Amino acid sequence: MTTRSRAPEATAVPATSAASAASADEGSPAPRPAALEARGLTLAYDGHEVLTGLDLAVEPGTVTTLVGANGSGKSTLLKAFGRLLSPAAGEVRLHGAPLKGQSARQVARQLAILPQKPLTPGATRVRDLVSRGRHPHQSMLRPWTAADARAVEEALEATGLSELAERDAASLSGGQLQRAWIALVLAQDAPTILLDEPTTFLDLSHQLDVLRIVRRINRRRGATVVMVLHDLTLAARFSDRLVVLADGGVVADGAPWDVLTPEVLRTAFGLEASVIADPHTGGPLVVPHEPEDETEQHPEVGNQVR
Amino acid sequence: MRGTLTPRLWATTLGAALAAGVLLVAGILAGSSDLGVGDVLHTLFVGGDRTDYFIVFELRMPRVAAAVLVGASLGMAGALTQAFSRNPLATPDILGVTSGAAAGAVATIVLGGGAYAVGAGLLGFGLPVVACAGGLLTAALVYGLSWRSGVDSYRLILIGIGVTAALTGVVNYLVVRAQLTQAAAATQWLVGSLSGVSWTSVWPVAVTLLVVAPLALGQTRALEVGQLGDDVSVGLGVSLQRHRLVVLACAVVLTSVAVSAAGPIEFVAFVAPQVARRLAGSSRPPLVASALVGAALVTAADIVGRALMPWPVPVGIVTAVVGAPYLIWLLTRRSSAERTASA
Repeated sequence: MTTRSRAPEATAVPATSAASAASADEGSPAPRPAALEARGLTLAYDGHEVLTGLDLAVEPGTVTTLVGANGSGKSTLLKAFGRLLSPAAGEVRLHGAPLKGQSARQVARQLAILPQKPLTPGATRVRDLVSRGRHPHQSMLRPWTAADARAVEEALEATGLSELAERDAASLSGGQLQRAWIALVLAQDAPTILLDEPTTFLDLSHQLDVLRIVRRINRRRGATVVMVLHDLTLAARFSDRLVVLADGGVVADGAPWDVLTPEVLRTAFGLEASVIADPHTGGPLVVPHEPEDETEQHPEVGNQVR
Repeated sequence: MRGTLTPRLWATTLGAALAAGVLLVAGILAGSSDLGVGDVLHTLFVGGDRTDYFIVFELRMPRVAAAVLVGASLGMAGALTQAFSRNPLATPDILGVTSGAAAGAVATIVLGGGAYAVGAGLLGFGLPVVACAGGLLTAALVYGLSWRSGVDSYRLILIGIGVTAALTGVVNYLVVRAQLTQAAAATQWLVGSLSGVSWTSVWPVAVTLLVVAPLALGQTRALEVGQLGDDVSVGLGVSLQRHRLVVLACAVVLTSVAVSAAGPIEFVAFVAPQVARRLAGSSRPPLVASALVGAALVTAADIVGRALMPWPVPVGIVTAVVGAPYLIWLLTRRSSAERTASA
């Protein structure tokens, strides 16, 4: 957990994971460069700053999830990592090299991004949609090869879409379609993958489907994953590290149990909640309180149906 | 890229090429003059008298060649803008090309005959050159006005509509002010016509198509990926600003040169790509097939207008008569499809 989250400005909650903060001291030379690194990154829309002077390094081979309230800048940060948004100040480094100045194709071979609202084309079979992921590996001089076909079949296999490969993409259900998009990103075969709210609009079982696939990609291929999620419990369950964004910077950063504390939830989300151990997985489970409720001794009130 | 060259697309492309070829021959054989098919064949392969030779080689051939080339240019330009904007209604017209060319041409016609220095100066360049320059300048203006640390398609289309409206006002003003004969000439140009086309106006279109088409075809894969949205395109390694500039420049140059040769022939850039896309069953209009359908469409419309009508009808009127109902059909079909989708 090598964070260099010198959580900026006054609102910062003290770094929750002392161990991780210590190991990330400037002095200790990293054995390999961070998969992605933000240095003094300031991001703005039309002059309005969303994130200011952010430093963050993502260790290779981990799953990092950005969480935060609406408007906290988590998708904005992901866009900057994916060069969909150019920084107002500072820079993003990909495997040690600045993103700026690298060719679009060169970056696309190392970094895949699934944005929030991709457009599903008409009259396109699932296999053809997934094949588009091979774009950065192709050129006029290097047409479709057996390696491209293999990458596509593997991606279909990994997302459980082999049976649906001949279907029209527009005819898929929401969960199937999202898996097809994940397959496209997989076919791109980049070591680092960015996913912007990959579970939005899916029911719980399909959310789990998608996140299990993401975890498997991380474990089997050693891919680095950075994603944005809204559901804190799912984020904790499928991530090595959570980065909580609020007020233009990082307010907490570390392992799920260290980050998801009542204080952080209050600071970042304005939410009064308890964090209990999930009886099944042992992971942190966020239980929001009802506003009038003052007792934290009865976690079951959080489940009350009104 | 896999999935772009389907057997159905090959069949569509070959079919459209065949149709354009047959129509090209038919266009040389058929005509309003009393020159029969036999006479034309005789002139072509044996040799005829001076009049027959003139009609076949100096009137019909350049006219048919212009129809094929103008149609192909407009078809490909339309396929570029429609695929790029992911919108079947987005033709090069929205970039202000056509209205800019029209303003240039009408200004030349209306002011050229009078004592206005500017008109005489314009006429000195010749009508096609002024029309082409008008189209290119207007497109550059639209692109420049849309620039805000990059060009956004939506802003580009809105500014294109605004500039087009302003230039249409200028054209109307010029026509209203003009003397009757000039107004008639201007109106005829505005309708789009291939009468009076000679080899000198064919060559620029041919050269442009030869130079621009390979550039446009180089954007095929980026256009294909572009169907998934701008963010996905960037993620897949498309250099978006460069791709946008190349695609729009190709569409603008093809349209400007085609319009300068034959006037703004309505609906070709809109209809041909949609016909090609439906025949090929592809996710976006295919470039080559759209060009060939455009060539067949304009050649057929010109044959209908000059050989099958009791009096000559400009090609632009024929394409408009075919294109307008198609546009309405497409719009009603789309809106009912959207209703079913949202229901």
